[in-house]
Amino acid sequence: MSNRIDQLFAGKRKGVLNIYCTAGFPELNDTLPVMKALQQNGVDIIELGMPFSDPLADGPVIQDSSTRAISNGMSLKVLFEQLKNLRQEIHVPVLLMGYLNPVLLYGIENFCKKCAEVGVDGAILPDLPMDEYESEYKPVFEKYGLHLVFLVTPETSEERIRKIDSVSKGFIYAVSSSSTTGTDKNMGHQQAYFERLESLKLKNPVLIGFGIKDKATFDAATAHSNGGVIGTAFIRALEQATNLDSAIQQFIAGVK
Amino acid sequence: MKIAENTFGSKYHVDEKGFYGRFGGAYIPEMLYPNVEELQRNYLAILRDPGFQEEFDQLLRDYVGRPSPLYFAKRLSEKYNAKIYLKREDLNHTGAHKVNNTIGQILLAKRLGKTRIIAETGAGQHGVATATVCALMGLECVVYMGSIDIKRQAPNVARMKMLGATVVPATSGSQTLKDACNEAIRDWINNPVNTHYILGTAAGPHPYPDMVTRFQSVISEEIKKQLLEKTGKANPDYVVACIGGGSNAAGAYYHFLDEPDVKLVAVEAGGKGVHSGHSAATTQLGKLGIIHASKTLLMQTEDGQITEPYSISAGLDYPGIGPLHAHLYETGRATFLNATDDEALQAAYELTRLEGIIPALESSHALAKLGQIALKPDDVVVVCLSGRGDKDMETYIRNLPGNTGGNV
Repeated sequence: MSNRIDQLFAGKRKGVLNIYCTAGFPELNDTLPVMKALQQNGVDIIELGMPFSDPLADGPVIQDSSTRAISNGMSLKVLFEQLKNLRQEIHVPVLLMGYLNPVLLYGIENFCKKCAEVGVDGAILPDLPMDEYESEYKPVFEKYGLHLVFLVTPETSEERIRKIDSVSKGFIYAVSSSSTTGTDKNMGHQQAYFERLESLKLKNPVLIGFGIKDKATFDAATAHSNGGVIGTAFIRALEQATNLDSAIQQFIAGVK
Repeated sequence: MKIAENTFGSKYHVDEKGFYGRFGGAYIPEMLYPNVEELQRNYLAILRDPGFQEEFDQLLRDYVGRPSPLYFAKRLSEKYNAKIYLKREDLNHTGAHKVNNTIGQILLAKRLGKTRIIAETGAGQHGVATATVCALMGLECVVYMGSIDIKRQAPNVARMKMLGATVVPATSGSQTLKDACNEAIRDWINNPVNTHYILGTAAGPHPYPDMVTRFQSVISEEIKKQLLEKTGKANPDYVVACIGGGSNAAGAYYHFLDEPDVKLVAVEAGGKGVHSGHSAATTQLGKLGIIHASKTLLMQTEDGQITEPYSISAGLDYPGIGPLHAHLYETGRATFLNATDDEALQAAYELTRLEGIIPALESSHALAKLGQIALKPDDVVVVCLSGRGDKDMETYIRNLPGNTGGNV
């Protein structure tokens, strides 16, 4: 069976909504209930954060959610246990996003194998260098059918974007500005960059992330791409929620 | 200066991909790629430029006060029955070896056209050294410092501010050195074009470990010259240095790495004891991992979360170790020992009374192990005295033998 991410983009080319949430947040066992609520409200892709103590590419909101998830007891072992019956209820594509250190310690092959077992479709490991992926890990990811998604930024040269497009699988994650997650830079200034990306006619779909928080920013991001990723704004909504289901419904309704 | 000599092909130097054996590399998110790649592409060419070397040498001489003396410590030598020399990095401007690196990096930043400097600091020594060179060059300076360290190291915070730097508290995670480093990296991600990150130790993504080591290599270059003058032999039997991230050790070892007759001794911070749960002895407690974009030995939980190290010395409590040192440990090229808080304190009191030199707590860890090395009377030992103890006076006074908290 082909990868769920590929299936999604085969049928939907515009306005794909990817929501990031930290596994084990707000409470340890909220992982699946949050995913279910996201699916019910029509989210296209779920990006599940594997919490790390030192998330360099993330801002304070996502770091705080990671710190809380770790103190809740979240780890890769616990996460895969929680995801054991993932595919009985969740049918949308699921990616795991996190930093290389915990994955290395868990073992790259072990990680890919577990992902395949529970039905995870892709991974984002922002600090795994593309060269090392190609020379050491690519066959392992491919053996288990796990798509590895790479990032591009406004500072990435066209040559490197082309290279990333040739290595990335599933989609490309375009960081909307040179920033960590949750930084409020004006989306309007990024239109030229979005247009440039669109004009490159990459083989992979492009999702734009960082700085999307509502319908206006989502529409701006998706005008020139296949969709967008929301992380920080969603974590904030969860932080403030008294009832997760209604908070998630309200949040997604405000974006779509 | 020999900072730019070609060392590729040596077993103990960095290779073309930024690795020392299996350690090192640049595990950076894509947002940092242009900044780090710019450095990787340019650093050796800049370091090799005669104009750069001239300016670097001149500042080290006239501003920092180099060469730092190589002092024969007569009474210390008598005590340990060997010929012990102290490399007096404590006599540098700003009081430690850190300034060798900040001078080098600010000159490099200027050549790259950068107008804004960021840095991390733990105890504040590197922050002060960075704020100093920024004042010297008239560049904007932002120093990230853990909010816990800001409280612990008030005099250095005041120094940085007086020098014109903005000190930003790192409030995330454990609020100490590693978090200050995280915040500096995040700042760099958010300011990729105009900013240079002056990393203070021989860690972080390639080329930082090699670049910082080369700037600090002036220490071993001078040791060789000075020893030859004093003893007729350029190579000592031992070079002893303390290691947190490892920049003073890297500089003290550099020109001896390929000279197998020189034994290299590294002393890590044992804290309250290696297995007490309060230690920073990374080679003893760490496993292969990634911290601050470098693959190295790392103190971490069984789930791969980075743990908080402990040492009485704020300059040694880093949960990783520079990749060069991980390689020296794994190959057996250097011998790794560790000193507890108490051993370091005793060594500081001893040096003060025997030689009239109050060392930094970090350097005291290196001194603390002289009794554990099987020294012969003819052995020539160089200890890198990486910094002076002014910043540690409060700790020294509090722990003075017989001090019960009254007047001192």
